[in-house]
Amino acid sequence: MDTKEFLIYLLIMAGSTYLVRAIPFALMRKKLKNRFAISFLYYIPYTVLAAMTFPAALYATGNVLSASVGLAAAIVVSLKSKSLTIVAVTACVGVLLTECIIAFL
Amino acid sequence: MNAKRTYLRGVRAGVPIGLGYFPVSFSFGIMAVSMGLHFWQALVISMTTLTSAGQLSGIGTMMLPGAYAEMLISQLTINVRYSFMSVSLSQKTDEKFKGIFRWLLGFFMTDEIFAVASTEKSVSRLYFLGLATMPFFGWTFGTLLGALLGNILPEIIMNALCIAIYAMFVAIIVPQTKIEKTLLVVVGISVGLSVAFYYLPYLNKVSSGLAISICAIVSAVLGAIFFPKKEAEA
Repeated sequence: MDTKEFLIYLLIMAGSTYLVRAIPFALMRKKLKNRFAISFLYYIPYTVLAAMTFPAALYATGNVLSASVGLAAAIVVSLKSKSLTIVAVTACVGVLLTECIIAFL
Repeated sequence: MNAKRTYLRGVRAGVPIGLGYFPVSFSFGIMAVSMGLHFWQALVISMTTLTSAGQLSGIGTMMLPGAYAEMLISQLTINVRYSFMSVSLSQKTDEKFKGIFRWLLGFFMTDEIFAVASTEKSVSRLYFLGLATMPFFGWTFGTLLGALLGNILPEIIMNALCIAIYAMFVAIIVPQTKIEKTLLVVVGISVGLSVAFYYLPYLNKVSSGLAISICAIVSAVLGAIFFPKKEAEA
């Protein structure tokens, strides 16, 4: 692949990704009134994140056990704390500790 | 002073996203170079495209000669979910966040930036720009370092960092399900579908970007039918 071909590919990839994001964002000017549409859009962020997290997160660390511990820690802490950073750090520490324990066994 | 505070509040909210992006973009950088791209090409892709699944699929397509149509079609299917997020967030922006600002800042509509922005009652331009700052740099520097340094971080650290992004997702969903039990049902349907796409034969051939869009849309439609929200709640 030469540089010219790379740039064509880049233009298609970056351009289409940008337009898919920006066109609906820029053109949607009105507040929606339809109750179905409002409810649908309310649920979308949560359903997107849920589908992205499970089951993919179980394989994120390369070890299902450490990933499960990390996720469990995240769920428990997020029941108490709303801070995204605290939850994220706790989950990382959970994975790290589990992998250390596995390494010593 | 107030403007600066709004921007910085966004920056702070974006820190976990930036941290979470780092290992993902780091591994993207490693992968791009191992597939034969120059480090600057990997960097330019990340700076201009700012998406994980799309870029991963995109560098695979680049290895084929002249597969421009395939590039366009695969990018559109993987990324169609962003359109729904953009429409969703367009309902929450404040009165100054319109026109050129939507065209400019729409670039930063990633899953995670969108999700965190959605937790705001009203999203201002400066908050959104602040929110996008750390993720953009995390994504860019992660790619650059991955492309240049390859596997230099100990594997155990990389593994631990890989959970950060998912922990953040959990932290967005779980507190809201405590207040709202019906959300748990809707989210449960999405997870059930996602599990089916992951493990069942034939369904597991569907690309992950498209599968996520299907799971999210189907469960949100069911939620809207069975547990409709009043305007004030949503």
